Formats: sequence, C-alpha cells, structure tokens
Amino acid sequence: MGTIGATLVRAGRRFVSSLPALFGVLVFTFLLMRVLPGDPAVFFASSPNAGQEEIEVIRKQLGLDKPLPNQLAIYLYDVGRGNLGRSMMTGQAVAKDLKERLPASLELTLTALLIALISAVPLGVLAALRPGSLVDHGVRLFCSLGVCVPTFVSGLLLIYVFYYLFGWAPDPTGRIDIFATLPPQRTGFLIIDFLLAGDLEGWWAAARQLMLPALTMALFVIAPLARITRASMLVSLGSDFVRTARSVGLSWWRIVVTYALRNAILPVITIAGIVFSTMLGANVLVEKVFSWPGVASYALDALLVSDYAPVQGFVLLMATIFVIVNLLVDVLYGIADPRATVA
Amino acid sequence: MTASEGTRPLLEVDNLKVTFSTRRGLVEAVRGVSLSLQPGEMLGLVGESGSGKSVTGFAITHLLDKAGRITGGQIRFKGQDITRAGGADLRSLHGAAMAMIFQNPRAALNPIRIVGQQVADAILAHRRLSRQEALDEALQLLRAVQIRDPERRMSAYPHELSGGMCQRVMIAVAISCNPSLLIADEPTTGLDVTTQKVVMDLLARIATDRGMATILITHDLGLAARYCARVVVMEQGRLVEEAEPLTLFHRPQHPYTRRLVAASPTATSRIEDLVPDGERIPLVEITELPPPPHGTPLLLDVKTIAKRFDDGTLGVADFSMSMRGGESVGLVGESGSGKSTTSRMICRLIDPSEGEILFDGQAIGQIPARDFHRSELRKDIQIVFQDPNDSLNPRYTAFDCIAHPLLRLMNMRAGDALRQRVEECADRVGLPRELLQRFPHQLSGGQKARVGIARAIACRPRLLVLDEPTAALDVSVQAVVLQLLNKLRRQDNLAFLFVSHDLNVVRMMCDRTIVLRTGVIVEQGESRALFANPQTDYTRALVDAVPHIAPPAALATA
Repeated sequence: MGTIGATLVRAGRRFVSSLPALFGVLVFTFLLMRVLPGDPAVFFASSPNAGQEEIEVIRKQLGLDKPLPNQLAIYLYDVGRGNLGRSMMTGQAVAKDLKERLPASLELTLTALLIALISAVPLGVLAALRPGSLVDHGVRLFCSLGVCVPTFVSGLLLIYVFYYLFGWAPDPTGRIDIFATLPPQRTGFLIIDFLLAGDLEGWWAAARQLMLPALTMALFVIAPLARITRASMLVSLGSDFVRTARSVGLSWWRIVVTYALRNAILPVITIAGIVFSTMLGANVLVEKVFSWPGVASYALDALLVSDYAPVQGFVLLMATIFVIVNLLVDVLYGIADPRATVA
Repeated sequence: MTASEGTRPLLEVDNLKVTFSTRRGLVEAVRGVSLSLQPGEMLGLVGESGSGKSVTGFAITHLLDKAGRITGGQIRFKGQDITRAGGADLRSLHGAAMAMIFQNPRAALNPIRIVGQQVADAILAHRRLSRQEALDEALQLLRAVQIRDPERRMSAYPHELSGGMCQRVMIAVAISCNPSLLIADEPTTGLDVTTQKVVMDLLARIATDRGMATILITHDLGLAARYCARVVVMEQGRLVEEAEPLTLFHRPQHPYTRRLVAASPTATSRIEDLVPDGERIPLVEITELPPPPHGTPLLLDVKTIAKRFDDGTLGVADFSMSMRGGESVGLVGESGSGKSTTSRMICRLIDPSEGEILFDGQAIGQIPARDFHRSELRKDIQIVFQDPNDSLNPRYTAFDCIAHPLLRLMNMRAGDALRQRVEECADRVGLPRELLQRFPHQLSGGQKARVGIARAIACRPRLLVLDEPTAALDVSVQAVVLQLLNKLRRQDNLAFLFVSHDLNVVRMMCDRTIVLRTGVIVEQGESRALFANPQTDYTRALVDAVPHIAPPAALATA
C-alpha cells in the first residue's frame, strides 16, 4: 500500500529530525542537575558527621571532582552505551530501575487514557449535537469539575467513597496485594500477564487495584479531550459534506458517525498524544496517593536526595516516549486522514 | 402548458418567507417568493449575493442552517405540502425525490472517504442492495458523469481530483436515486470557463435524459441564459422579474434587472456601458500623450523568465513580454496555466528561476523577492489582490490599510500630511471619508475592494498588477470597480497588468492580451482582434466557453 509506505517514510523522517532535540534534552538536564543546589557527595557520605575527607573520597568516586565538560563527555559516552548510571538511592542500575517501574506507569496511564477517551468522545459528540442544551451544559460542568479539582483531592475522594464508605475498591496501595502470587512476567502489564497466565482471579484483583488510580487520572484529562471533540464535531457537523450527506438522505447514524465523527476525530488524536505524554510524567501525584510503583514517583524520590542519575534517566526516558508517541500519532493520523500523506 | 391541460407542476412555491435569527435580531432573507416548476424544466434563479436565491433553494430542500426558519408560505412537491415535513418524510424526500448540487464541490464531498463509497452511500440510503451491488452501480454512475478511468477513480479521495471532477462526482451522488428535482446552487462558480462549460453541458444533458426538473441558482446571467428556458430574477428576498432569457436580457422591465443586465459584461460591451447613466463616472478625456522621446526604456521588459518549483515541475517557461507606460495588458488562462505565478514574479513576490525582468531599464529580477520591499522600485510596482476580504489586515482600519504603504515606502510620518494623502486616495477611489475609521468586517465587498485599490495607488505607482481584482465581487459592484480602475489608469497614466479568467473583462480593460496555457504563451495580440478572431484552438475554446447573452440579432434566428 502506497499510503502506509508514505506514512512510514514520513514517520521515519520525523524520527530522525527529532534526534537533535533528544540530544538537547540530554545536555540540558545534565546541566540543570549540576546547577541545582545540593551536593550528592554530602548526601551519600556514610554518616551525618562524616569528615571532609570522606566526602572528598566519595566525590572522587563519583567523578564529581572532574571539570564539567569532562563529566558531560563521560555521561554522554555512557548513555551512548545504554548505561544510565547507578542510583545511589536503590543501589541498582538506573536502567534496571526504570525498566521495572515503567510498565506500572504505562499500564496506569494507558488505562486512564482509554477510560478518558471512551467517556470523552461520546460526551463531546452529545454536547456538539445539541449545543446550548442541558446536555451541553452538563458536559461542560462535568469537565470543569474534572479539571479544577486537583488529582490528589479527587483521588482521596474516590478512595473515601469507594474504599472507605462502600468498600467496593481494594486497599489503595500499590499494583497488587503484596501476598498475591505474580504471574510470569511477559509484558510487565499485570492485567495482560494475568490473562496470559490464565489466572482470572489474579486478573480481577489487579484490575480492581488499577481502577481507582486510573479513574482519578482519567477525570483530569476528560476535559481537554471532550472539549476538543465537541469543538471539532461542531465544525464537522456544520461542514459542506455533512450538508451533502443530509441532502441525499443518509441515515442519522451514518451522518453523525461515518461522516462527521470520523472527520472530527483527527484533532482528537493529536490531543490524545499530547495528553498521554503529559499524564505519564505529570501524574506523580496519583502515583504518590495510591503508592503506585511508577517511574514518576521514583524520579521525584531521587530528586529529593540529589540522586542525579535516576532523574537524568527519567527525563531522557520521558523525552524518548514523547518522541515515540508523536511518531505514533503521526502514523495514526496518516491512516485516519488520506490527505496527510500528501503534505 | 398550464395546469388545466393536465400537467401539474412538479414544484410550487407559494409566498415563501424565510427568517434567520442572527446576533442582530431576526433577518428576513426571503420575503414572499412564489414560483412553479414543471417536470423536466430547467429554471434559472438569478441574483446577486444577499438576494436570497440560495436560501430559497435550501428552504425547498429543507437544508437551511439551524438559524434559518420558514416563517410563512407553502412548498408543494407533486401536489403534496412539504413545508413542514420532518423526520422520515424528509429522509425519503432527500436524495430520492429531490437532490442538490453545491458550490465548492471539493468541500461538499467527505474528504476522508473514497468517492465511490460516497456514491454508494447515497444509493444505499434509499435502496435495499448489497454493498457490492451499490458499488457496481456507483461505478455506472461515475461512467455516466463521464469521469475518465472510473474504475480507478472509484477509490480516489476528493483531494486527488480536480474541481471539475469533484463536481461530476457530486452530480453522480445527486442523481444516484433518480430524483425528479435537482437544485444546483452555483454549480460551476470557481471552476474554469472551459470546465464550467463541460460540467454545465453534462448537467443539462443528464437532466434532459432522466427527465429531471432543475433549478439553476447562479449569479451569472449569461450562464442562466445559455441553459435555462425561463429565468427568475431575485433582489433582496423578492422576485422582481420572470421571463424567457432573451426577452429578459434585451427588454428588461424592472429597474434592478436593467441594471444587472447592463453590468454583465458581454462580448461587445464597453466599460462605459456597464453602469446606468446616473451612476456613470464621467470619463476623463484621454489627452494623447506625446510619444516618449526616443531612447526612453520600456516600462517593463520581461525576458524569457521561467519558474521551476521545488519539486522540479516547470510552472512557467520562457515567458517574455514588454509594456510601455500607461499600457494595459491582460494575462488570461485556466487555473494552473501559470498566470498568477507569472504576475507574482513580475511584481516581485516570488523569484524567477531564470530570465531577466527590466523595469524602467533597471534589472529587478535578481533582487530577491524577500528584499524587494526595500527597493526604490517597490512603490512603483503595486498590487491589487484577488480577495478583498483576506488581503486586508482585519486589525487595521481602512485608514491604516491605506496609510501603511505611505509609512513604509514613502517614509511619511503620522500627521496632517499623511491624513491628507490618505483622504485624497479615498476620494479618488470613491470611498466616503467617514468609512476610513471602519474595520474591514464593517465594510461591504465593494468598499473593501476600494480600500485595496486605494492602498495600491497610494504611492502613485507606475505599474499596477491586478490579480483577479473583481473575481469575488457581484457584477454590479464589478462594473463600478472596473470603471474606477479605468478612470484611475487614464488619470495617472498607469500601466496595468491585468490577470483574470474573465475574458470579457480582459477584453474591455486591456489593450493587449496574452493567453497562457500550462506556463507557455499560446497566443498574444491586440485584445479586440484576439477575441474576435482567435488563432489557436485553445483560445477559441476559451472564448467559446464564455456564456454570452446572445445579441438581439439572434432573437430572430433563434
């Protein structure tokens, strides 16, 4: 297929052109960490009253006595070999730490995005079909509430209602009961691994555990998605081709879904990509509230103790994911809109 | 034929009234229109923008915007009152009984659905067929509307087709369920004259073959005259006159019709004839200028310029022309012929890939277009753009728009001198001074066109490049603007490079005409002679395609 080929070529070009940006992120975070206050050598000296000598030794071990450009060169060299350094906090390689925690974050964020899309798109469509009606105002109110209530408040509220009052939700700590037997790790996504292992009981436990944090996250991003759906749906419904569809007597469903919504969904794809990238990094609050072992809370903990390597690794990871998500959006866009491949 | 003879009109509209609710309150767009249409008849509904002709069409097909409402009158289709039809009735009417063809065919088709599918959608809306049968039938329809290579075009998206092709697809969609009434709303506006003729011929033939009654809504009197047996003229939501085209055009009764007929350029009309006596701008006597002394360089001398686009295609090849001061030259051709590219190279908005442009003896082709605004000659070459809406800064008042070039190119300072100069320009283009403080959206199309012209002449240029300056205007406004341009040209001894697709306008406005096709000059010469007796097939096709109102002599022979 020429269309898919052209889309891939375009995606490849976009990837190559984003490499300089990735490099810039790398250097920038490195420098940023160096100018932030806090001396890692002091933090990691074995005892609070360690002498100057001991600190100097640690500093030498860490290579922090070398001039900045040297440090940067060493860092870049290591990153190039896939070595992101070692976390002083956990004592493990940063790459390993991130690899362990990333699936947790991804699982949570993807579920949240899915919930958000499934609810936001119909809400937006409903609001656009009757602009100014009660439904429209209801959706607007719901969206406003979702945005203006901070995630840690809505998270706590959900816990209060569903865990404390009704007792429907499980203990809101972590991904799974610590005494549960974990399925063999294949994808790192618990709900998929449980399914692959055929353990439905485990799957149900993991899914229940996932629900509240995912819902909390979703509430926050339903607003932008629903609003953009509504806006682009309004444009679409007022367009000439929808009038054409009406003029030949197509059914309501065909006009709204096949003609209007399929055209209106294009900007939603773009916004969904941006929302996803933001959620992954910015939802440290949700991860903290629900003790979710994700990458964002890991990076925050590291930052608090001036542990350079995990923070730098995290930023690099986020930048890479951002690039990948953008590529994905590009490819999706190319498939959804035949005109995109021409430009 | 009358009703008593047994044929009932297919469509009867009786005292129709349509009101739109806008932010400024209720606006009556249609104020009591009555018309009737026999089966198989083609009726022309003619008027300028705001006359309510399209609204009438949309009201008949129940496709009005949400803001519009039928507030009075009755619409009867095959004897049935459909004024308040809704829901299921409407769905069976749409497509199966009456269909519409729209202006701007590309926007009227779903951009992300292949055209074959769209035709099939229309078929499936009214008939119980399998998907494959519907697609087969769609292919037949594409063949019927004469789309070349229909098998391959079935899976094309609208953006991959030309405007003419899109309109054919739209016709295929509209006729897919054999409606007995077809309403065509400006079906060929925005298409090239040659394409316009092909599409209209096709439409007329299909309507005759299938016995469909057609209402042709258009602003173009010539078009209506060529294809319709009966023409109705609308003004401000009312019918003002109804007659056979020849009668209407040669013996118009209503003053508005008279003005409209006069303003429509024909093969023989002159600029002076376009506007009725009362509003005519007195012509400035041309004082024959003494021939310029020997050795005066040509005003414009273009030597074999070419434009190669980034993707390697040749937009314009080997184009040469020259102009003396005060001369006006027309540049005509279909879309894609390179006429706009050429004019933009000459007025230095884009760079030629090859060749040389001499203005007043100085080489200007080598100055990059990006830097030309700093050149001394920028104020000598000014431009009037096509769209008076988009070419004015919406945040600038009319005064600011006209003052802008004076500030930038003449280094004038804000103050009395500037005010005087701007007001003088406004006076010259007939723009009332009290409108100078208005923003573009508070001005009418004609007033915006005047602002655009005032801005272009503010620096007293010697060459004015006009890129379709009246294409977006109603004929009566166009007539006034053309007269104005003609007057300014004579007063200032301005040279015009006039780019247009409207051959009648070019013939009236220009001493000489150059015909372009795919970036190459096919013919050039003195305008009158060139159009009276074209030498190449291409020019002849162009000239023939222009819908003319037949001269009165034809009345006898017709």
